[in-house]
Amino acid sequence: MFDSFTAEILARVQFAFTVSFHIIFPAFSIGLASYLAVLNALWLRTKDETYLTLFNYWKKIFAVAFGMGVVSGIVMSYQFGTNWSVFSDRTGPVLGPLMAYEVLSAFFLEAGFLGIMLFGRARVGDRLHMLATAMVAFGTLMSATWILSVNSWMQTPAGYGINEAGQFVPEDWWQIVFNPSFPYRLTHMVLAAYLTTALVVGGVGGLHLLRNRQDRPARRMFSMAMWMLICVAPLQIFAGDAHGLNTLEHQPVKVMAMEGHYHSYPDGAPLILFGIPNAKEKRVDYAIEVPYLSSLILKHKWDAPLDGLDTVPDADEPPVAIVFWSFRIMVGIGFAILGLGAWGLWRRFRGRLFDDRLLHRAAIVMGPMGFVAVLAGWITTEVGRQPYTVYGLLRTSDSLAPVAAPAVAASLLAFIVVYFFVFGAGTFYLLRMMNAPPKAPIPGIKEGPLRTVSMSPVAQTNADETPVNRETRDV
Amino acid sequence: MFELSFIWAGIIAFAVLTYVILDGFDLGVGILFPLAETEREKATMMNSIAPIWDGNETWLVLGGGGLFAVFPLAYAVIMPALYMPIILMLLALIFRGVAFEYRWRTERWKPVWDRAFFGGSIVAAFMQGIALGALVQGIDVADRAYAGGWWDWLSLFSILTGCAVVVGYALLGAAWLVMKTEGPLQRQMEGYARWLAMGTLGFIGIVSLLTPFQDPVYFERWFNMPGLALSVAMPGAVLAAAWALFSGLKAHKDAQPFLAALTLFGLCFIGIGISFYPHIVPPGLTIADAAAPDESLRFALVGTVVLVPMILAYTAYAYWVFRGKVDPDEGYH
Ligand code: HDD
Ligand code: HEM
Ligand code: HEM
Repeated sequence: MFDSFTAEILARVQFAFTVSFHIIFPAFSIGLASYLAVLNALWLRTKDETYLTLFNYWKKIFAVAFGMGVVSGIVMSYQFGTNWSVFSDRTGPVLGPLMAYEVLSAFFLEAGFLGIMLFGRARVGDRLHMLATAMVAFGTLMSATWILSVNSWMQTPAGYGINEAGQFVPEDWWQIVFNPSFPYRLTHMVLAAYLTTALVVGGVGGLHLLRNRQDRPARRMFSMAMWMLICVAPLQIFAGDAHGLNTLEHQPVKVMAMEGHYHSYPDGAPLILFGIPNAKEKRVDYAIEVPYLSSLILKHKWDAPLDGLDTVPDADEPPVAIVFWSFRIMVGIGFAILGLGAWGLWRRFRGRLFDDRLLHRAAIVMGPMGFVAVLAGWITTEVGRQPYTVYGLLRTSDSLAPVAAPAVAASLLAFIVVYFFVFGAGTFYLLRMMNAPPKAPIPGIKEGPLRTVSMSPVAQTNADETPVNRETRDV
Repeated sequence: MFELSFIWAGIIAFAVLTYVILDGFDLGVGILFPLAETEREKATMMNSIAPIWDGNETWLVLGGGGLFAVFPLAYAVIMPALYMPIILMLLALIFRGVAFEYRWRTERWKPVWDRAFFGGSIVAAFMQGIALGALVQGIDVADRAYAGGWWDWLSLFSILTGCAVVVGYALLGAAWLVMKTEGPLQRQMEGYARWLAMGTLGFIGIVSLLTPFQDPVYFERWFNMPGLALSVAMPGAVLAAAWALFSGLKAHKDAQPFLAALTLFGLCFIGIGISFYPHIVPPGLTIADAAAPDESLRFALVGTVVLVPMILAYTAYAYWVFRGKVDPDEGYH
C-alpha cells in the first residue's frame, strides 16, 4: 500500500494541491479588480457616495485576497523546477518566454500600481488613482492571458520542433501563443472569474439585504451583481459549449471521459446525465441517458457516430470517474447560475428585487459556487489530459524531477499544514469583513487614506473613533 | 555580434541584484520588526514597506521565471539541488506576505502575525543565503539533471553564507528605516545599523577568504590577471563604502547610510559574478551550455528591452509617490 506513494504521485498531488489553492484567489481577484475599477469610475463620474462606499469596502477585501494570490503564485513558479525539472528542461524554451512575459507585462504592473491604488489616493489625486486602479485590473487580465496560453499550449501544442537534446524548441511564436485551445480557454476562464466575483458580491449583497432592506450600498451591489449574472451566465454556457467542441477536435479522449463513453456509438451517442463510471467493467452503472443527445451536442447531428474509450489503449486513458463527475458539477453550477440570474431579472421587472427574501437567501447559497465551478472545470481540464503533461508528446511520468519520495512527501505535508493554516485564517478574515456591512465615509474626515473605515492602531487610540472602527475591529 | 546568452546572463544577474537590494531591505525590516518597542513603531515600520513589498518580491519571480525562460537547464538543475532551502523559503515568504494584511484584521491574533512577519522574513533571508552558499560550493550534474544527494546543500560554508545574508539584510533594513523614520525609532536604528554594519563587514571578509578555497577554479580567477587587479581593488571599494556608511550614521544623514549599504551589496554581487563567470551552475554548466535556443532568447529579449525600462520607470514613480518620512497614521487599514 505504502509503495504506491511514489515520488510521481506525491509530486502530482502537491502540484494539484498548490495550484488548486492558487486558482481560487486569482479567480476572485481578476473579477474584483475589474469591479473596483468600474466602481471607482462610477464614483468619479456620478459623485454618488454609494459607489465610493462600495469601492472602499471591496478594496480592503481585495487587498487580502490579492495578497494570498501573490504568495501562493510564487510557489507555483518555483514548483515547475523543484518537482518537474525534466518538464522544465524540455519545455522551457517554449513556455519559459511566455511566463517571462507574464512577469514583465502583468505581475509588475499589478504590483507596481497596487500600492498606489490601496494607499495613494490622497497623494496622487483622483485621476492618477483611477489610472492605477485600471492598471491593476488590466494587469490581472494580462496575467490570465499569458498563463492560459502556457496551459493551453500544454493541452494543444503547436508551433514547435524538437532538438537533439529532446527539448521542445520554438518555430512559430504566433502559433505557440495562439495555440488551438487558447482563445476558448481564455474566454471561458475570464468569464468564470467574472461570474465567481459576481456571485460573491451578490451573496454579500443578499446577506446585508436580509438584515436591512434599505441598506443603499447593499442594494446597489446586489443589483449590479444580478445584472452581471444574467448577462454573463448565457455567454459562459455558450463559451463552454464552444470550448467542448474545440476539445473534441483536439483532445477527443478527454471528451470520451467527460461523457462517460466507454464504448463507441456507431449510430448516435446518448448523453449520460448521471451514472457511476465503473472502471473495472468499463461501463457506466445506473446511467440515466438521453438518447442521441450527445451526438446532437457534439456533432450537431443526432445520429452521428462517436468513438469511445474502447478505441484507445488503456495506458493512454485518463481516470474517467474524476473527469466525468467534475464536468457535471461545473455544468450543473453553470445552469444554476443562469437560473439565479433569470430569477433576479424577473423580480427586478416586478420591482421586487430588494424584497424577495428567498432570492437573497439563494444568492447567499450560490455565493461560493463560482469557486466550486472553477475548481471542477480545472480538474476536468487537467485530469482529462492525463497521462500527459504535454498532450500526446510528454508523459507525466517522464516529466518528473529526480526527487526522492520522502523529500516530496515532507514538503507536501508542509504545504498542506501551512496552506490550511494561513489561507484558512485569511478566509476567516475575508468572511468577517464581508459580514460587516459597508458604511458610508464619515463626512469631515479627509478622504483618501481611508482612516474612516480603518482600524489602524492609531485610529483605535484616537478620539476620532467612529462606530465603523468598532465594527470592523476584532471580537 | 555579442552572444545572446551572455546578454541574458547579464539581464538575469541584474534581476537578481535588483531583487537582493529591494527585497533585502524589506526582509530586513521584517528581521528588525521585534525590536520595535511600541505598536506605533511597528505600524511605522510596516507602513514604510507596505505599498512596495509586492513589487520588490516580483523581482524574485522574474529571477525564477527568467531562468526558466532563458536557461531552462540551469533552472532544471538548481531547483531540485536546492529543493529544501527553496521550499522553506517559499513557505517563509507566504507567512510574511500575508502578515501585511492579516495583522490589521485581528486584535487577538495580531501577535501571531507579527511573529509570522518576523519569522518569515528571517527564514527567507537565511534560506537565500544557504542557497547562495550551496551554489558557490557547486552542484553535481550528470546527463542534464541534478546528480547529487538530498542534503548536499547543507554545509558549514552554506550556514555561514546564510547568516551573512541575514545580517546583511538586517543592515539594509536598518539603513532603510533610518531614511524613512524620525525621532527615537530613527536613533535606535542608527545604533543597530552600526553593529549590523560591523557584522556584515566581518562576514564579507570571512566569506571572501573562504570562497577561493571552495573550488580551485575560483582561486585561479581571483589570483591571476585580470582577477588579481580586482582582488586588490575590491577590498578598497568595500572599505570606501563602509567609511561612507559609518560617517553617514555618525553625521545623522538620512539617505547616505542606505545608499552606502546598497553599494556594499552591489560590490559583493560583482564579486560573486567574478567567481562564477562564465559558469552559471558551477562547476559543470556554463552560460552557453544552459542557454535556450536563440529563437527563445530573441523573442524574450524583445519584450524585456521594451518592458524593463517601463517597469523601472513606474516602480521609481511608486517609490517617489511614497517618498519622505512615513506617517504611521496614513495606512488605509
Ligand atoms: C501552467 C500550467 C498549469 C495550470 C495553469 C494548471 N495546471 Fe494543473 N497541472 C499542470 C500544469 C498546470 C502540470 C504541471 O502539467 C501537471 C503536473 C503533473 C501533471 O500531470 O500535470 C498538472 C496536474 C494537475 C492535476 C493532477 C492530475 C492528475 O494527476 O491526474 C490536477 C488535479 C490539476 N493539475 C489541477 C489543476 C487546477 C485545479 C488548475 C487550476 C488552476 C490547474 N491544474 C492549472
Ligand atoms: C501553474 C500555473 C501558475 C503559475 C506558475 C502562476 C504564478 C503566479 C505568481 C508567481 C503570482 C504572483 C505574482 C506577483 O508577485 O504579483 C501569481 C499571481 C496571479 N496569478 Fe497565477 N500562476 C499560475 C496559474 C494561474 C492561473 C491559472 C491564473 C488565472 C487564470 C492565474 C492568474 C493570476 C493572477 C490574476 C495573479 C495576481 C494575484 C491575484 O490575483 O491573486 N494564475 N501567479
Ligand atoms: C453549462 C455551462 C458550461 C459548459 C458547457 C462548460 C464547458 C466546459 C468544458 C468543455 C471545459 C473543459 C475544457 C477542456 O476540455 O480543456 C471547461 C473547463 C472549465 N470551466 Fe466550464 N463550462 C460551463 C460552465 C462553467 C462555469 C459556470 C464556470 C465557472 C464559474 C466554469 C469554469 C471552467 C473553468 C475554470 C475551466 C477550466 C479552464 C478551461 O479549460 O477553460 N465553467 N468548461
